[in-house]
Amino acid sequence: MTKRQLLMKRYIFPVALAFGLIVGSASAQAAEEGGLLPAGTNVQDQASLQRGAKLFFNYCVGCHSLKYMRYSRIASDLGLSEQEVMQNLNFTGARFDDPVVSHMPADSATKWFGKAPPDLSLEVSAKTADWVYTYLNTFYLDPHSPIGWNNTTLPNAAMPFPLWELQGLQTAEMKPAKPGEDPAVEKLVLSQPGKLTPAQYQQATRDLTSFLEYASEPVALERHHYGIWVLLFLAFFTLLAAMLKKEYWKDVH
Amino acid sequence: MANVFTNIGDWVTERAPNMMPAYRKHMTEYYAPKNFNLWYYFGSLALLVLVNQIVTGIFLTMNYNPSAAGAFDSVQYIMRDVEWGWLIRYMHSTGASLFFVVVFLHMFRGMMYGSYKKPRELVWLLGMLIFLVLMAEAFMGYVLPWGNMSFWGAKVIVSLFGTIPVIGGQLVEWIMGDFLPADATLNRFFALHVIALPIVLLLLVVLHIAALHEVGSNNPDGVEIKKGPKGNRWDALKPADGIPFHPYYTVKDLVGVGFFLLIAAFIIFFAPTFGGWFLEHDNSIMANNLVTPAEIKPVWYFTPFYAIVRMIPSFAGTAVWGVLAMFGAIAVLFLLPWFDRGKVKSIRHRGTGYKVALGLFVLSFFGLGAVGAGITAEVIPEWFGDVDLTTYENAFGRLMTLIYFGFFAFLWAYTHFGWEKTKPVPERVTTHD
Amino acid sequence: MANEVVDHGRRRFLTATTAVVGGLGIVSAAVPFIKSWEPSARAKAAGAPVTQSLAKIEAGQMLAVSWRSLPVFVINRTPAQLATLPEVDSRLVDPKSDGASATQQPKYAQNETRSIKPEWLVIVGICTHLGCVPNFVPEIKPEPFDPNWKGGFYCPCHHSRYDLAGRVFSGVPAPKNLEVPPYHFIDDKTIQIGVDPKEAG
Repeated sequence: MTKRQLLMKRYIFPVALAFGLIVGSASAQAAEEGGLLPAGTNVQDQASLQRGAKLFFNYCVGCHSLKYMRYSRIASDLGLSEQEVMQNLNFTGARFDDPVVSHMPADSATKWFGKAPPDLSLEVSAKTADWVYTYLNTFYLDPHSPIGWNNTTLPNAAMPFPLWELQGLQTAEMKPAKPGEDPAVEKLVLSQPGKLTPAQYQQATRDLTSFLEYASEPVALERHHYGIWVLLFLAFFTLLAAMLKKEYWKDVH
Repeated sequence: MANVFTNIGDWVTERAPNMMPAYRKHMTEYYAPKNFNLWYYFGSLALLVLVNQIVTGIFLTMNYNPSAAGAFDSVQYIMRDVEWGWLIRYMHSTGASLFFVVVFLHMFRGMMYGSYKKPRELVWLLGMLIFLVLMAEAFMGYVLPWGNMSFWGAKVIVSLFGTIPVIGGQLVEWIMGDFLPADATLNRFFALHVIALPIVLLLLVVLHIAALHEVGSNNPDGVEIKKGPKGNRWDALKPADGIPFHPYYTVKDLVGVGFFLLIAAFIIFFAPTFGGWFLEHDNSIMANNLVTPAEIKPVWYFTPFYAIVRMIPSFAGTAVWGVLAMFGAIAVLFLLPWFDRGKVKSIRHRGTGYKVALGLFVLSFFGLGAVGAGITAEVIPEWFGDVDLTTYENAFGRLMTLIYFGFFAFLWAYTHFGWEKTKPVPERVTTHD
Repeated sequence: MANEVVDHGRRRFLTATTAVVGGLGIVSAAVPFIKSWEPSARAKAAGAPVTQSLAKIEAGQMLAVSWRSLPVFVINRTPAQLATLPEVDSRLVDPKSDGASATQQPKYAQNETRSIKPEWLVIVGICTHLGCVPNFVPEIKPEPFDPNWKGGFYCPCHHSRYDLAGRVFSGVPAPKNLEVPPYHFIDDKTIQIGVDPKEAG
């Protein structure tokens, strides 16, 4: 009984805990599929973030704010100069350290679209990167929709599709409708090519999603670096403490 | 240099004669059993987490705005604009979840080794009070970020009180200070979370430790060292199987602290949301009384209790039975020292029936948690296909509820009628020389 | 019971080492908390440098600009106004701004005109007595509060007076010259308040 306790205490418990943590967080991520395309984002890829930022400010900021992000923070995190940001990204006329606020007036937006375009600062936190990526890839032309567009990830979203130039035009092939039910979408087909090939468009939306993932939690770029040092220090401290404990416990029989 | 300390010590002793002896009584001359194992780390770890919550909480309060209009924004302000705000926030949110991990394990140790039995019933009762206050504290803390889960969690939990007949409706309005969780609710939860409950918690922790020190600690063998032979290598009058808490357990607990901080640091720096279990996705959306989240579920540490509420059906026009069952689930824990009529403390010497029952109890706790967290709702269609989810989930959940309460009923009968076959309890702890 | 000798030296060493490392850990852990008191990004944004065009400020005119919630007066002094500055030297507490008012301006404004370019005065409009905002009284003509008025600032609260370089007169409650904030010229027609010329370069 005593020997087993020693074995457990020494090895199995901490290993099992670590294993459980890793598996737990990994499976939590894997489990978040549910029919979504894998986004494959990597916020550590600065070039991807820069491309994504460019896309966001060219196609999205007209309607969507990132009210918790400052231009200055985007500049320093993405390795861009103040000039690059103010000239290439700042279309809202804001100061360098102001937050990114779209100038779409909320009441007009509600009139035109039914609801004001939501702020996207925390969109990836709320919906997950996979969801946002899939959403950007599943717009299609819908003659029944008041704005002409629909989306299989968020049916009847009141959002017109801003990236159609890049992706091209997708249309829906419908499943045969059961009597009394609305027809459902079988699959989406690219009816008219855009400026980007499908592979290029997927990369573009991956970049854009990465940028939004960064915007959800800017500190994700750097917390790992602190974490390594903290873990190393704590491992060293624990080792010292264990040696100290062992020394004193020589007294106890 | 040592002279300065001795002089200060003398100065204090002249004016408060019992202060220095108090240190000796609780640290260097508190003789704890020498056979503490892994399960005995969690008390000191709970204290560590409490200190963490208080310190990080104070600093969060410096930048948090407790109004419905400003709370959500202020949390983002802390995460992005305040220097190191993100770290303070993550330390607080991770600490909150780890608090419950530690406390559950701490309580389970008490169940396994019979630490709630005479003469330690008071220690157990104070501990259960701490647990209750901790749940209230955590619930209110979760409302403060004023995310959508904060709002809807508050709405659902407060509405539970609405099931109480006659006074329910008024009670709910009184708790919220409004007709729905609003500014008034947020502000009062802020006051309770930041100052009122922490003071109560600290007081209870002091009493809990004081009560323990009065009677002395239990141990994995359930042997009362005070009743055994006297005389150890530090003091001829103290229990033979006792060792001074300081330095032996202070130094051992330090190792526990190191391991624990490693785990906490990994989560804080590499997985702060812990896959959505510690910081939920829906709380990244501001509170919205018009849009309910797809699945309202409480934070993981409340899931077993919440499941019990859901499993008990409405009856005679009221849903209060589920709420009573939930409080009952905690009440039976309070009464554990009186359910268990056995004289043998530790699981090491108890009958097989007890071991099986305790194992089932643990399984039921996890099972209920799975129901409350919505895991069963996901898994049942996967495993059983196109079946009626509610029927299957209720079947499983109600079975788990029965096992949970059944443990206490069984334990009472088992020990009251003498069905338990215990092993002989040794005179000394098993690791004596 | 084994009879071994306690190695006190090893115990002291291990205790000391663990204490030192642990102490380092606690100090390091305290750093983020202490640093969290530094001005946040929001505070720094609100206190950020302010760029001001000088194009529309005519000779003799003043524009009040808000910087870090302070009123900053930007004045386009005429040659006549500049000529008054040496005339009032004898009536001032610290005409060279190197005595009591030595810390009231950056080095590049520690001159006769208390400015980078002679005609442009950039001054914080807060009276150095008890913090009121002084009035700008530029006309060179006798005033009720001073028959020999050569233009400057007059504080309504307790009647302190400053000249057209913000230098305080003797015999008034205010002890120091008006403060000159850090500023620099981005170009001939634009200044930025809040940044010294060296930093900007």
